[in-house]
Amino acid sequence: MRPRCVLVTGVSRPLGAQVASVFAADPEIENVIGVDTIPPHGDLGCTQFVRADIRNPLIAKVIGAAAVDTVLHLNVIATPLGAGGRSAMKEINVIGTMQLLAACQKAPSVTKVIVKSTTTIYGSSPRDPALFTEEMEPRALPRGGYSKDAFEVEGYVRGFSRRRPDVTVSVLRFTNIVGPGIDSPLTRYLELPVVPTVLGFDPRLQLLHSEDALGVLTRAAIEDHPGTFNVAGDGVLLLSQAVRRAGRAPLPVPSPAVVTLGNLVRRSRLLDFSAEQLGFLAHGRAVDTTRLKQVFGYVPRFTTLETFDDFVRDRPMRFAIDRETVIRVERGLLGVLARRRLVGTS
Amino acid sequence: MSEARIIQLGSKDGRARTGAAAQRRSRQQGPSGVDRGGETVPVEDEPIADVLATERMTAAGNPHPDPDPAEAGRAKTDPVGEDHVTPGRNGSARGARDGGGELTAAPREPAAGGESDPAGDLGMAPASMLPAEPLADAGSLEQALAGFLAFLRRRITGDYVVDEHGFDEDLTENVIAPLLRPIYQNYFRVETRGLENVPDTGGALIVANHSGTVPLDAMMTALAIMDHHPAHRHLRMLAADLVFAVPFLAPVARKTGNTLACQPDAERLLAGGHLVGVWPEGFKGIGKPFSERYKLQRFGRGGFVSAALRAGVPIIPCTIVGAEEIYPMIGNLRMLARLLGLPYLPITPTFPWFGLFGLLPLPSKWLIEFGEPVDTESLTPAAAEDPMLVFELTDRIRETIQHSLYGLLMQRRSVFF
Repeated sequence: MRPRCVLVTGVSRPLGAQVASVFAADPEIENVIGVDTIPPHGDLGCTQFVRADIRNPLIAKVIGAAAVDTVLHLNVIATPLGAGGRSAMKEINVIGTMQLLAACQKAPSVTKVIVKSTTTIYGSSPRDPALFTEEMEPRALPRGGYSKDAFEVEGYVRGFSRRRPDVTVSVLRFTNIVGPGIDSPLTRYLELPVVPTVLGFDPRLQLLHSEDALGVLTRAAIEDHPGTFNVAGDGVLLLSQAVRRAGRAPLPVPSPAVVTLGNLVRRSRLLDFSAEQLGFLAHGRAVDTTRLKQVFGYVPRFTTLETFDDFVRDRPMRFAIDRETVIRVERGLLGVLARRRLVGTS
Repeated sequence: MSEARIIQLGSKDGRARTGAAAQRRSRQQGPSGVDRGGETVPVEDEPIADVLATERMTAAGNPHPDPDPAEAGRAKTDPVGEDHVTPGRNGSARGARDGGGELTAAPREPAAGGESDPAGDLGMAPASMLPAEPLADAGSLEQALAGFLAFLRRRITGDYVVDEHGFDEDLTENVIAPLLRPIYQNYFRVETRGLENVPDTGGALIVANHSGTVPLDAMMTALAIMDHHPAHRHLRMLAADLVFAVPFLAPVARKTGNTLACQPDAERLLAGGHLVGVWPEGFKGIGKPFSERYKLQRFGRGGFVSAALRAGVPIIPCTIVGAEEIYPMIGNLRMLARLLGLPYLPITPTFPWFGLFGLLPLPSKWLIEFGEPVDTESLTPAAAEDPMLVFELTDRIRETIQHSLYGLLMQRRSVFF
C-alpha cells in the first residue's frame, strides 16, 4: 500500500534529511513529518518539521493528530559524541524506540513501520562465518554500545510486530554507510592522515553507498516488504586495501594499545572510537544480501569497491599517495628497462 | 521538550523545485554518469591492460630455459595460459578478456597506453618508438621485472579484488605460491597421484588426513592442485577458528583461501562451484603423538559430509603420506599449551632443544594421492538430514583414506627417499 502520510525520525542527520526530501518531492504522498530534537540544516522540501523528542510521550499526539500511516525510524544513533554521551545515546536509542513503538501501537492509522538497524548486531569475532545471513545469531551477545542498543531495539520491534500483526514491519540492517555528505566514525577514520590499524589483522569491510541506503528506505516505504534484511554493497574490501586505495599510510598498533589510542583520539574529539569497535577493526564483518536481492527485490547499484572509490574521489585527501604517480613511476621504470635493452642489442 | 512546534519549511512550488533538483542530482551521481571522472578513465583502463600483459607474460610460460623448476613445470602443463581461468573462479571477467590478446602485443601494451594518456608521457616516448620484434622476445628477466613492477603497482594502489571470504588471488599466486614452491619441489619432493579425480570445474570437496604438528599438509595440497592440476584450481580450505584469532596468521590465512570450518561457509563455497579442502580430524589429527602416526582419528561430526550432500558435490578422499614425519611429536607440553590457549605444544627431537633451528621440518618424501570421487548425486539434499546415512558415509570415506594410507606406506621405500 502506498503511504499517504509519512513520519521520519532523525531528520537532522543526512540520511533522514534525504529520505524526507524524497518523500516531500513525491506528489502521491500528502504529508511528510520530520521529527528530531535539533532542526535540520538543509531544505527538506515541504516536510513539516516537528521539534520533538521521541523519548517523550508527545510523539503519540503527533502520530495521532496527523493520522500517520508509515513510520520510518532512522533515529538509532551510533555515536555517543553526537548524542552528548553514552547514556544520552542509549536513552535516545532504546527509550526513544520504546516510546515510538508504544505510540505506533496505539495509533490505528499506522500500517507500516520501517526501522533502520545495523549489521553491528552480528558482532565481530574470529569465530564468525564469512557472511552473516539474517537468521544467524551473533557469536556472543553484544556487551555494550551501539550493537547492544541495536540488539535491544530489534527486540522491541519484534515485540511490537507480535502485538500488532496487521502492521508491516521491516527491519533493515545497514552496513557502514559511506557517501557524499556522510560523516560517520568510519569515514572520519579513513580520512585520518595516517590510519591506525590493529597489528597483525586485516578486517574485511563492507560498505553501502548512501544512494543505495536511500533507495532501499524509499522502496521499503512505498512497497510492502515485511521482515529483516541485510543491506550492503556487493563484495568486500580489506582494510589494508582501502588504506592503499585512498593513498593513505597505515599505522599498525598492537591491539592492547589500540583502546588507549582510541580513548586519546576520542578525548581530542578527532574521532569517535569506542572499545567495541576494536573487534571490528581486528576481525571485520560481512553479510549476505541474497534476501535483499531476491525477496526485497533491490540490487545495490554500487559495490563496496565502487562506493569506496566514490568516497575517495569525493573528498580531497591530503598527503595521499597519488595513484597516477605510482603508474607514472612504473611506466618510467619500464621505459628505462626497454631503453637499456635497446642499447644492449644494438 | 514540552511542546511540539510545527514549522513549515517549504511551500508547494518549493516541493516541485526540490524534486527536480533531486532528480538532477541523482542523474549526475548515477553510476553510468558520463561525467564520472572523465579524465581518470584512461588511467583506470591502463592498469587492466598492464595486468593482462603481466598475466600473459607469466602465464605463457617462458620460452627460454628457466632456472626455476616450478615455473618450468607450470609451463609444461600450461602452454597457452588460457586454462589458468576456470569458469568457477572469481577472475572470470579477467579470463574473458585474457583470450583476446596477442602474445607479442603484450609487452608493448603499457607503452601504447602511455601514448594515449596525456598524463603518462614520462619516459614513455622511447618505449613506444621501439620496434615490436626485440620486445616480443624480450628476455625473461625483463618480463619478470615488468611483471614484478605491475604487481607492486597493484599492491601499492590497492588495485586487486578480494572475494567475500577474504581470498586474495593476486597475493596467493604471486607471493605465497612462489615462496612455498621450493619447499614443495626440492624439500619435500611432493609426488601427486590421481589428480584426474579432481574435477576441472564445479564444486567438489576434498577430504584428507591431517598430520605434522604444523598444517603444512594443507598448504602443500593446495599448491599441488594449483600447480599440477590441468585447470590450476585454487583450493579453498576450511580452517579452525583458532587460526583466525592469531595475529599475522589470521589475515594470511584468509588471503590464501582459508575460511572458517563451519557449515554455512562450507556450503556457500561448494554452492559457488569452488574446490573445498577439509581436514576433518582437526587438532586431534595434526597434534597426535608420533607413535600414532598414520592412524586416522575421529572425523569430526561428519559436518563436511552433510555440507557436500546439501550442495550435491562429489567428495574426493585424499591421502597425504610424509607429513607425519616432518615434526615427530614425542611429547606434549599440555599445561603450557593450556596456559597459552593452544590445543597442543609439541616437543620434537629438535624442538625446543635447538631453538629456531628446531623449527626446521625434517625433509621427508611426500606422496599426495587423490582417490576416486564418492558420488553424492544419487542422494538428495534431504539425505543430509539423515544422521545415520551421514555417519555411514563419513565412516566409508575414513576407511577409504585409511586403506590408501596403508597402501601408500607399503609402496614407500623409506621415509626420506
